[in-house]
Amino acid sequence: MSKKADIVITYILLVLFSVFFLTPIYVLLATSLKSFKEVSISAMWKLPSRPSFEGFVEAFNKLKMNLKNSFLMVIPATVISSFLGSINGYVFSKVKFKWSNLIFAIILFGMFIPYQSILFPLIRFLQSIKLYGTIPGLVITHVIYGIPITTLIFRNYYMEVPDELVEAANIDGAGFFKTYWKILLPISIPAFVVVVIWQFTSIWNEFLFAVTITNDPTKQPVTVALVNLAGSQVVQWNVQMAGAILTALPTLIVYIFLGKYFIRGLLAGSVKG
Amino acid sequence: MRKKTKIIGIFIVLPSIVAIAIFVYGFISWTFRVSTSDWNSFSKLARGMYRFVGFRNYERLFMDKRFITDLWNLLFFTLMFMFGSIALGLILALLVDKGVKGSRVFQTIFLYPMAVAFVVTGTVWGWIFNPGIIPDSPSGINLLMKGLGFESLMWKWYISTEHIGPFNLALIPVAIAAIWQMSGYVMALYLAGLRSIPQSIIEAAKVDGASSWKMFWKVKIPMLKPVTLSAMIILGHISLKVFDLIYAMTGSGPNNVTDMPAIYMFELTFRSNKYALGSAISILMLLAVAIVIVPYLVSAFKKE
Repeated sequence: MSKKADIVITYILLVLFSVFFLTPIYVLLATSLKSFKEVSISAMWKLPSRPSFEGFVEAFNKLKMNLKNSFLMVIPATVISSFLGSINGYVFSKVKFKWSNLIFAIILFGMFIPYQSILFPLIRFLQSIKLYGTIPGLVITHVIYGIPITTLIFRNYYMEVPDELVEAANIDGAGFFKTYWKILLPISIPAFVVVVIWQFTSIWNEFLFAVTITNDPTKQPVTVALVNLAGSQVVQWNVQMAGAILTALPTLIVYIFLGKYFIRGLLAGSVKG
Repeated sequence: MRKKTKIIGIFIVLPSIVAIAIFVYGFISWTFRVSTSDWNSFSKLARGMYRFVGFRNYERLFMDKRFITDLWNLLFFTLMFMFGSIALGLILALLVDKGVKGSRVFQTIFLYPMAVAFVVTGTVWGWIFNPGIIPDSPSGINLLMKGLGFESLMWKWYISTEHIGPFNLALIPVAIAAIWQMSGYVMALYLAGLRSIPQSIIEAAKVDGASSWKMFWKVKIPMLKPVTLSAMIILGHISLKVFDLIYAMTGSGPNNVTDMPAIYMFELTFRSNKYALGSAISILMLLAVAIVIVPYLVSAFKKE
């Protein structure tokens, strides 16, 4: 096969696969930008004759409370779990103690478990401390179940830092906190970016905790509200598709602008860093 | 490391260790305890009296037709999802790795579904595969087929009750949606793998006159074996837990054609207050995930 033919075939395949990957975006945009009058099943593949934001306005009005809830949940949860992961990662990579590798592996298993297996006790626990059905309840949940992945990413990152650097600081009389503050934290920004993106995306997109820990529609994160939008009596497709776009937008923006770090987070999730 | 530093370190991680001990391992034991109780109604739970019934809830599940259907559905969904995502992910990685102009743009297109919530994927693909009313008022893909003159191909998709033995065909559109979401991730894994193949090996094979076909089968594929294994484990454990996507896209479907253990668990626990049965399903799900993950973790840590 000549080189030119090879390139042409590569492009044809890349474009064909792109069609498959972009079809949902097309459907989302074509449907959500139609007016109530124009949105009919028989025209779903057609572009709107005149773009209308009616669907978006209505979807935003229905979801704005829940979008706000999602931000109120995801921001503190991401910030807390990033710092927790960083300090844990420092201990598990540089300080170490007896059995520390084994303990880390046992912690790590927590990231793979089906959350169904802890859900019932978790709800009872949150009820007993009066945080069931609240955003702080969700924040605590996400911080705790985020410990394995955040610790993993920071641990893998700090493993690459030469031990001598930490040893030298120690010999100079720097203690635990000073070493962390002066040596590790300043070089941690790339790891923080990865962890923040990972936690932001996965907490924003999470559904099982969101739907079982909150029952009051005004307290629910946006993923739950989106599904409920579909459950309402008359399905207004333009509103639903606009709602799906609004739900997906924050994480998509993160992906588009910080894709490189997003991929690093994904790869870190496959355990070997 | 000085002793004092070490002690401080232990104190710092202690809260996390305790939290995981309670919220992961403690709660799992608690769930297991519930799964061996008779808490299958709200009044029994409210009374709070624990009565041990052994493995009766598990026995009930394995005699429950719906749960058996769920297990078959899970098996077939997992097979389609795993092989589909790995095959497509590998093809995409090889195409992107050729480095033609604009490769990065394509890479971005293939990976963006990873940033999207499973419930969004379910909502959109649910709309695309919505069969509408056949033949008069089709929607989604069916509408497209009618427009193109393939009316005979119109099908009920995820609400079809057709099956081949225990394999429900309605799972195919669900698997397509899942593959759409995850194959970009597999591509990213393979791209990282391809880029870590030492250039010297590629060069050596070229000097030996290996064709690009041979290069692929004899050099690249064997070098990518560990990546394939990781991908299988990651996809496999995601598949065993599949919930959001199906909940948003189809639910259980007619005759439970798209039902899954996680969906049944959710309904038992949160809709019909059968906490013990629901807990039994979640313990079985945990066991399935542990069988996949524990050997993986053990081997990953032995290497260190």
